[in-house]
Amino acid sequence: MTDYDAVIIGAGHNGLVCAGYLAKAGKSVLVVDGRSEPGGCASTREFSAGFRVSDCAQWFSQFDQSIVKELDLKGNGLRLGQPKCTISLQPDSDHLIVDGDTISGAGVDSADQAAYRDFKKMVASFAKLMTTLYRSRPPKLVEQNWTDRLTLMKLGLGLKLLGRERLRDLMRIVMINIYDVMNEHFSHSALKSTIALDAVTGTNMGPRSPNTVYSYLHRATGEHLGQSGTTQVMGGMGALGQSLAGAAEKCGATLKLGSRVSGITKTDDRVTGITLDSGEAVSAKIVISSADPTTTFRDLLGYDQMETGMAKRVEHYRSRSGTAKLHLALSALPAFKGLEEAQLSHRLVITPSMDGMEQALNPMKYRELSTLHTFDISIPTIEDPALAPAGQHVLSAIVHYVPYAPDIGWETGKPQLLNQLISELETYAPGIGELVVASELVVPSDLEASHGMTGGNWNHGELSIDQALMMRPFPGSTQYATGVEGLYLCGAGAHPGGGLQGLPGRNAAKEILKRGAL
Amino acid sequence: MNQYDAIVIGAGHNGLTNGAYLAKAGLKVAVLERNPYIGGATVSRELHKGWWYSNCSYVSSLLRPEITRDLELPRHGLQVVSFGGGATFMRNGDYFGNYSDHDRHYRELARHSKRDANAYDRYAADTSLQTKLIRPYLLRTPPDPTSMKPRDLRDLLEFSRSFMDLGEEKLLDTIKFWTASVGDYLNEYFETDVIKAHMAGSGIIGTALGVYSPGTAYVLLHHYMGDVDGNVGAWGFARGGMGAIADALSKAFQSYGGEIICDANVDEIIVKNGRAAGVALKDGTEYRAPIVVSNLDPKRTFLDITNPSDLPKDVLKKARNFKIRGSSGKLNIALDGLPVFNGLDPRNRLMAGDLHFSDSLERQERAYDDWKAGTWSKDPYLDMMIPSLTDPTMAPPGKHMMSVFVQYAPPKVEGREWTDEDKDGFEKSVIDQISNYSPNFRDLILHCETRTPREIEAEVGLTEGNIFMGELTFDQLLFNRPFPGYAQYRSPIKGMYMCSSGTHPGGGVMAAPGANAAREILADLKKPNTVPGGYADD
Repeated sequence: MTDYDAVIIGAGHNGLVCAGYLAKAGKSVLVVDGRSEPGGCASTREFSAGFRVSDCAQWFSQFDQSIVKELDLKGNGLRLGQPKCTISLQPDSDHLIVDGDTISGAGVDSADQAAYRDFKKMVASFAKLMTTLYRSRPPKLVEQNWTDRLTLMKLGLGLKLLGRERLRDLMRIVMINIYDVMNEHFSHSALKSTIALDAVTGTNMGPRSPNTVYSYLHRATGEHLGQSGTTQVMGGMGALGQSLAGAAEKCGATLKLGSRVSGITKTDDRVTGITLDSGEAVSAKIVISSADPTTTFRDLLGYDQMETGMAKRVEHYRSRSGTAKLHLALSALPAFKGLEEAQLSHRLVITPSMDGMEQALNPMKYRELSTLHTFDISIPTIEDPALAPAGQHVLSAIVHYVPYAPDIGWETGKPQLLNQLISELETYAPGIGELVVASELVVPSDLEASHGMTGGNWNHGELSIDQALMMRPFPGSTQYATGVEGLYLCGAGAHPGGGLQGLPGRNAAKEILKRGAL
Repeated sequence: MNQYDAIVIGAGHNGLTNGAYLAKAGLKVAVLERNPYIGGATVSRELHKGWWYSNCSYVSSLLRPEITRDLELPRHGLQVVSFGGGATFMRNGDYFGNYSDHDRHYRELARHSKRDANAYDRYAADTSLQTKLIRPYLLRTPPDPTSMKPRDLRDLLEFSRSFMDLGEEKLLDTIKFWTASVGDYLNEYFETDVIKAHMAGSGIIGTALGVYSPGTAYVLLHHYMGDVDGNVGAWGFARGGMGAIADALSKAFQSYGGEIICDANVDEIIVKNGRAAGVALKDGTEYRAPIVVSNLDPKRTFLDITNPSDLPKDVLKKARNFKIRGSSGKLNIALDGLPVFNGLDPRNRLMAGDLHFSDSLERQERAYDDWKAGTWSKDPYLDMMIPSLTDPTMAPPGKHMMSVFVQYAPPKVEGREWTDEDKDGFEKSVIDQISNYSPNFRDLILHCETRTPREIEAEVGLTEGNIFMGELTFDQLLFNRPFPGYAQYRSPIKGMYMCSSGTHPGGGVMAAPGANAAREILADLKKPNTVPGGYADD
């Protein structure tokens, strides 16, 4: 007799989604997390007295709508902000505005506007196709069973329905880089780099790196699943974590926060439970980990508990990132050149040309700091004043490219980089430096420490084709089951991957129930 | 009388191969060549009295053995001598030797890292599995996955079955391999910088990608899938230089009654009511034939010598978007004697192999960064050979000929055309690097031919100087090469075909595109096939 049917490691959004679905099906589920708040990367943190910020994920755009309904997140307090458009800031203040499939400003000509609409149509048709794959467990190609064959048939049909030319386009571009695809479609430099930024966000890749078309499609598919447009969560991302926790508990799941999992217990070739830092042991029929694969297999299970081939795959699983977060507490709303106050609540991005992005990337490869960065900025306090003291504001930005461990060390590196970033912001928001009352720079190694993501990679492992779809996280541990009996994955390290979609959790729960593992 | 059954444009190795098979089937064939000499990028030229340079392609391995046998190239004078191993010289004065003898190689690996030495056999096995997979498909026409034709479906089924037979995990590993970067791939086996760097070179040669760019593991495979005398993965020198291959092919071609016409610079392909009818030269001469085969790269074929009004819009667009980036240059050097390299006994037979100076992946990646920024690498990756050590006919007795392949060199320098000053700067960066490791090298130089992408394009007609006639990235491989829908050697114009390295299976002196194209042409003519098919030989 075990304490629970299933123990879920990690109360991140995927862990909670998985818990919700399993509990809903009448299973007894315990969710354990070392952090005192639920949500994992969907978290809000007070980084300075009175100033709170979504300290990891910042935009709500990809969360699968079926989960919002099926777990009644709205009923559990999830409130979303206004839909945002993307404003790409230009040095000459003639900014590029991307709103749905229409673009304006920055002297974009009608040819590029038309090309953009066609491009969005093409991407939408691909995204629609990929949702089939994203909402189901990734099919095996050789050892298929009927579920796999069904998925593959659905896919095949979808591919046929694309039409010959579209299908050829897909087969041609899916493995290449966004740089070439942009140059094939558009002539406007800022338009190209603004789209390219979406392809490299959260990665350590530049626009020229093959695979960036796939990472762009991954994001586009997410947005197709979300149907919400890009927006913010009222109360910060933590509120999403809270509503997911509430939903899971309503379904009957138990949450145990603030107690870190120290290990996964294996007896007689089968996982039988977990142990906590406190020394307490919890037994369960199965253990489901929403921690990233490296943490799950290397740190919690241990190489001595798996066969060599699997240990090798774990060791070679790539989980690097060039993503940092910049958090600024501002005494007042900053003024951006060429923007009205009302526009500041939208998604503001700053990026050099695509070639500039490549130059910005180079130093990271050699553990050096760059002098040129890309920014994805949110000022949540305009819509959600409660996040800061009255009249004051919070600026949160996703920044690329930042090394994991610079040779000069973060001791010296951080202040240097912080000044660099603020000086880069000054070109677009003169005087913003004076408004800063407190600041925080969260580098990849910090994200690793605070959210337990190996390498600080928020996808729980790079989303390159060789680590995606039916290969995620690695051969032998696909379809949410792993090479170890009784141990399952439900985090971003499982198909379809990261980006606040909630699908790994949902798919894992459905697969586990279908297998009758419980 | 300028009337032929078929005209092939370009007397490179693929054009000659294509012509040979058409002539062998009984067609009256002419191969037209712009230059006064044949061979295209497969030439030997005496550019300094007594010294013969293979001044474009410089080593042989990929040439399909089926074709060598079938066209009796050895009888026509072709002899390929394989060379053993190679070395990478290190900044610390040491070197890593790549010995062809297995046990000697193990000891050398172990000298740098016991762990790497033990990983090597696993690496070799995994990599050769991939070569075994691809080799049978080199002499095959890629099936069109969007087509419902019985033949395409049959080929697709067979293709997918050979992958299914691997089993789930090996299949996924294969997909992994085809999409991974050579850096990541090697990191899964080896820990030592110099060992990884030595092997990674094959992943970037001729390619506008860096060692950390996904897709470069395939480029590595592209350099491993050849063989010399059935010894898979081995490389060799054609006796007398690479021109010997073109000469043997031309003799075979002529033995079947084919005709080679040099100094024939094609201006345009003549199209009469939707059908190819012949070609017109720049000097006005016209040659007539119902079959016209272009051995020029896809850009030149569709954008230079075809009248746009004869082509569908989408093909023009695809040709414009075709990626054929110049990324390499070459130095051919006449030496007064044998250069000495720090740490290596000049009598060591590694000297006869491929020599390099990039001892870390990071240095190779930085070389790529320079290319991205639009300039030649300040610390380039060199693939250096001294062919005269293996084939004395390349230089006078006691003297030597050196071939230095240079990665990277951009097609344009910071957006503008190459100038002679740029060329000198490029040459200097190479000579300097070699001199850093060889004290007497500089004084031995008698003559140096430096070829930037500008020279390669001007002389050989490879757009942007790209040696593979198009990037070897997945969007331009197999059924995507040169573009989707046109991967079966037929152009949109009836009677007009493609046979260059811009078609499947791509660049390198392989002769497979020329042979595959001939097979398709003969099929359209309802003639018996004279072209050998691919077979699994290992």
